Amino acid sequence: MSIWEYANPKKFMQTSAWALPWAVGLTVILLVTGLVWGFFFTPDDYKQGSTVKIIYLHVPSAMMAINAWVMMLVTSLIWIIRRHHVSALAAKAAAPVGLTFTLIALVTGALWGQPMWGTWWAWDPRLTSFLILTLFYCGYMALWAAVEDPDTAADLTSILCLVGSVFALLSRYAVNFWNQGLHQGASLSLDKEENVSDVFWLPLLVCIAGFVLLFVTMVLLRTRTEIRARRLKALLARERVA
Amino acid sequence: MKALLLRDLALAFRSGGGFGLGLAFFFLLSVLVPLGVGPEGGTLGRIAPGILWVGALLACLLSLDRIFALDHEDGSLDLLATAPIPLEAVVAVKALAHWLVTGLPLTLIAPGLAVFLNLPAGGYGWLVLSLLLGTPALSVIGAFGAAITVGLRRGGLLLSLLVLPLYVPTLIFGGEVVRRGAEGMALATPLALLAAISLGAAALLPFAAASAIRVNLR
Repeated sequence: MSIWEYANPKKFMQTSAWALPWAVGLTVILLVTGLVWGFFFTPDDYKQGSTVKIIYLHVPSAMMAINAWVMMLVTSLIWIIRRHHVSALAAKAAAPVGLTFTLIALVTGALWGQPMWGTWWAWDPRLTSFLILTLFYCGYMALWAAVEDPDTAADLTSILCLVGSVFALLSRYAVNFWNQGLHQGASLSLDKEENVSDVFWLPLLVCIAGFVLLFVTMVLLRTRTEIRARRLKALLARERVA
Repeated sequence: MKALLLRDLALAFRSGGGFGLGLAFFFLLSVLVPLGVGPEGGTLGRIAPGILWVGALLACLLSLDRIFALDHEDGSLDLLATAPIPLEAVVAVKALAHWLVTGLPLTLIAPGLAVFLNLPAGGYGWLVLSLLLGTPALSVIGAFGAAITVGLRRGGLLLSLLVLPLYVPTLIFGGEVVRRGAEGMALATPLALLAAISLGAAALLPFAAASAIRVNLR
């Protein structure tokens, strides 16, 4: 039993068909619990009032926006090295999900920033990095859409993802260098003395878990769709020949 | 390789080669910005480093799709791919040719245009140095973008979308060098990082670009 078994589309479809309902159920349970707990059963912050509650959407989506890119990087590497189609399709499936998380993070951040910082947008390093990440996602998806041959598209987008990752990392340090931040620092780290209070931390943890599972669910679903679309194409091509 | 370089240079300098396009764009931008912003020296001087770097970047972007597209259309890219020199070297030479016809002239006329923009006196040397160090990165990154989009019809828009986020670190460090130079602050860090980006891109990106071309020619 090795992980490479799932490179077989048939095996992947079987396993994901079994796993998908579980993933959906767990996502719903965790998100409902986390969001309801966070929105209705936590106290207001003494300074920020109830706007603090946007954290339950903002932080998990921002985390997943970055993690989705990392997942695309790993699957692109697997495609380049071992040429498993499921891997390339999973990367393709993850990109719109990642872009959506990025946009959620940007929009919720703007909604929170307006009353708190007094502005919708500031050229803060984190905000700028996310804007650049949005551009990367858009370019990646546009390249998938522009190339007709699926294998060529998979190759080109994988190369773009690898190079883009390096430059995304560079940009992150460049913007840090370029402007001092308005954004608050990390307050969830496991190795720090001072973190956000437990009252906010526990529901946030549930929300993060919910967003991780939401991502897994969406990617499984979208990868299954891609595989089915690929099969449909093959069937149509075969009929045309026959 | 030398023959390839000379051929690319000759093609670029002949009429219709697009040699003047980037320069003209850079010139127009530097003339139009003061007209739009207003003649006040202080404001112009403050935004001059950023405007000059953005102008150089966009001027580079204009001619990127010519790096491989024409050769792809008339089939000479296939010949180059089967030539005895490795495709990585072809990419590097073509990026060098692109730099010689855009980046280098831009660097040379930049101080002249900086006068229009009222750049503070301390900034001129750093402007030339930062463009000299930074524009090679623009050409190499652009060659990578051109290699990815070479097989596509109407790849121009996609090319700019792909390349722009890749240009961000170069632009930030380049602009920072000139700004700090103009204000007389310490600038060793951004200068070193700018040079590092250029060297790293020149060393590694030809491999990525060559593999993209191989995929596109398949």
